[in-house]
Amino acid sequence: MAELSDKAREEFFSEAQEIIETLSRNLLSLDSTIKAGISDPSLINEAFRAVHTLKGLAGLFGAARLGALSHRLEDVLDDLRLGRINLGQEVLDVLFGAVEAYTRILQAEKSDSDEELDVEQLFVDLERIGAGATERESPVADYELDPGLLAVLTEYEEHRLRANIELQMQLYRLRVQFDLSTIDKVLEEMKERAKRHGEIITYLPTGEATSADTIELDLLMASRDDLATLIGSLGADNVVIEEIPRRARRSHPATQPPRRPTALGRVDSVGMQPDLERAGLEQAASLRSLTQTVRVDIRKLDHLMNIVGELAIVRSAFGRVAEKLRGEGQRKLAAELQRLHRNFDRRLGEMQDGILEVRMVPLGQVFDRLARVVRQISREVGKEIRLVITGAETEIDKLIVEELSDPLMHMIRNAIDHGIEAGQGRVEVGKPLAGTIALNAFQKGNHVMIEVEDDGRGIDLSRLTEKAITLGKLTRSEAEEMSRDEMLALIFLPGLSTRESADDVSGRGVGMDIVKTNISKLGGVIDVHSESGIGTKMTITLPITLAIVSALLIQAGQHTLAIPLSSVSEAIAFDEAVVRLVDGREVITLRGQTLPLCRLDRLMALESAADSVSRRRFVVVAALGQRRLGLVVDFLYGQEDIVIKPLGKSLSGVRGFAGATELGDQRVGLVLDAAGLIEEVLAGAEAPRMLERASG
Amino acid sequence: MLRILVVEDSASMRSFVRNALESDSRSSTGVDVVEASSGFEALRLLPRGPYDLVITDINMPDINGLELISFIRKSESHKATPVLIISTQSSERDRVRGLSLGANGYLTKPFSQEALQTEVWRFLPSGIAQAKPHG
Repeated sequence: MAELSDKAREEFFSEAQEIIETLSRNLLSLDSTIKAGISDPSLINEAFRAVHTLKGLAGLFGAARLGALSHRLEDVLDDLRLGRINLGQEVLDVLFGAVEAYTRILQAEKSDSDEELDVEQLFVDLERIGAGATERESPVADYELDPGLLAVLTEYEEHRLRANIELQMQLYRLRVQFDLSTIDKVLEEMKERAKRHGEIITYLPTGEATSADTIELDLLMASRDDLATLIGSLGADNVVIEEIPRRARRSHPATQPPRRPTALGRVDSVGMQPDLERAGLEQAASLRSLTQTVRVDIRKLDHLMNIVGELAIVRSAFGRVAEKLRGEGQRKLAAELQRLHRNFDRRLGEMQDGILEVRMVPLGQVFDRLARVVRQISREVGKEIRLVITGAETEIDKLIVEELSDPLMHMIRNAIDHGIEAGQGRVEVGKPLAGTIALNAFQKGNHVMIEVEDDGRGIDLSRLTEKAITLGKLTRSEAEEMSRDEMLALIFLPGLSTRESADDVSGRGVGMDIVKTNISKLGGVIDVHSESGIGTKMTITLPITLAIVSALLIQAGQHTLAIPLSSVSEAIAFDEAVVRLVDGREVITLRGQTLPLCRLDRLMALESAADSVSRRRFVVVAALGQRRLGLVVDFLYGQEDIVIKPLGKSLSGVRGFAGATELGDQRVGLVLDAAGLIEEVLAGAEAPRMLERASG
Repeated sequence: MLRILVVEDSASMRSFVRNALESDSRSSTGVDVVEASSGFEALRLLPRGPYDLVITDINMPDINGLELISFIRKSESHKATPVLIISTQSSERDRVRGLSLGANGYLTKPFSQEALQTEVWRFLPSGIAQAKPHG
């Protein structure tokens, strides 16, 4: 692949990746349709087409291993779609194996590595499945089908035609006139409706059109329903439906008198002139391309976002100049500049939103991968699992999606292995044999929530605590004082597991600590709820995007700091008099609930503002998940959108800061990492200082 | 300038074909490559012709390559346009059908840029006149 440009290579890999994901989705749908006892031939054909395209690409780009696998897989899928092999669970297993192999091969090709990929067994399996293929006879000749139509059927379409005839479907010809400018939409709607009645086998342009902006297609359709039903459902001004009769000499002479599929406007068809009213705009639209997507490297979007950040600084400068002009008595000029400033501000906001929107991808991308894992693990461990996904369309920053895959996979593995009981165990406690894992995603304000919920045995709190004590993570007396939630949170400590033995699937309670670390790197938090015998629910709260955040600018000591608004629930006036000490920690009561306090200036050892004692101060309530912390600050400046830039290497280890940002007046301010801060403070890091204060 | 319509549902394959056509030194006037990602898009782009050549894949959703070829041959304004099929080995039968429907030639995927260039110039009217030693 040496001669190809990096850009071509990247394009190839990204298309290959997409194709493999499509394939995987198809197989998952096939899996569920088979389980539901339905057969959807279009799914197999889509899978075939995916592999077919991949094979072509692999050849083009010299990706030999990708080509070899595609070649064998294509043969099997071809046999499947042409009905020479029956699709069952065993075949599906092999196909899923191929998806896994694809992923590994693509990785290896990407890094130009020659490592052995161990796909021999897969090839043997594909070979074995292929060997079972059988040929079939064609009953197509029974129908009075136009030879012109038969000539343009691809091998697959011909097979679908045969299969439908064998299933005793009636054939119909739909002659449809489409407006070129709206053909996509209209056709999709039509396909959707047609699906309820049967299958559209092919689309042949007739070559006749009433005007330059319309096109006439003959759709060959197979359906169980009669003509009247189809006309009722699919008939329209521009649609003429006719039944394609069987040849008289064959088996059904009485039921269907032969009819010739010829003229438009028959008595039993619904036909009128197509709508000739067209706006000039629509004509222009007809020349536009059908596919309107571009693949973009996310770094380019980051770059654009940085420029927006810099423009924001220019914007603030406008504001300052306007102020200055006003100060110098240039009122007219100041007002004019102020107007420009506002306009610029609005447009900049729109641009920011636009770029952000481009970065968003549906969580379905990662959910699909997880569905595959669930299927695989459940077969490995012999537990029947029903995966219920909701909210796959919820959108989140592309970068976050990329990083979510591993943590979610760990959580699901844990749920299957430790949560869901083995089949018999479930039946004994009156649960359905199949365990359920629910994967829910939804947006809540500026956050995306992802829940992983199982209906298993729940977390055994006493065993968890015992283990923590044994491992020296806490003392028995500490354990006795712990709340239920605190106990549950123990699973996030490194090395904790409620199981005595390691196993293949999830090992020793793998990495809930790592899961947590990864989630907090994304600016998120994870909470756990568990009811013994009922199940466990883990909830991940994530910001929608990493690129830009709305932040509250505050002053602590003599420094301006930014707190991401996503972690601020409210700000209230601070009254020194209501502060109480509980266990050596300063708290106030906010609407009946105890709120621990953190004095930012002290925590960060910032020098206090000179008049800090006398001045009115504020408490910013930071909340993440269920934890809350009151940050005592000296002044609130207000809200601003900031672009977070990473701290230099030397500062990257400092906890409590998410990065730095440029403030409008060319100064640099630190951005607080509320999640880290809450963690640090509530874990007691601040306590010694507080005690000092209390005793002094 | 020569205009070539490339109908192919894989974006990578389309760019490959485009690169091959655009980098061909044989065309003195340059090549205008128009891409269609589906049979429908091709139907839409055809009236923007005339094209000197149509290059099409066979296996595409909805309107397949065979249907497109049949349409081109039936159409008053395009029936004389040469059509080159690009498809994979597995669809031998489909390719033969394409030729019998009036396609002028085929190339089996994968192919090299040079193979495509050579094949393409067989169908371009000015090809022979403009052809000069390669390299």
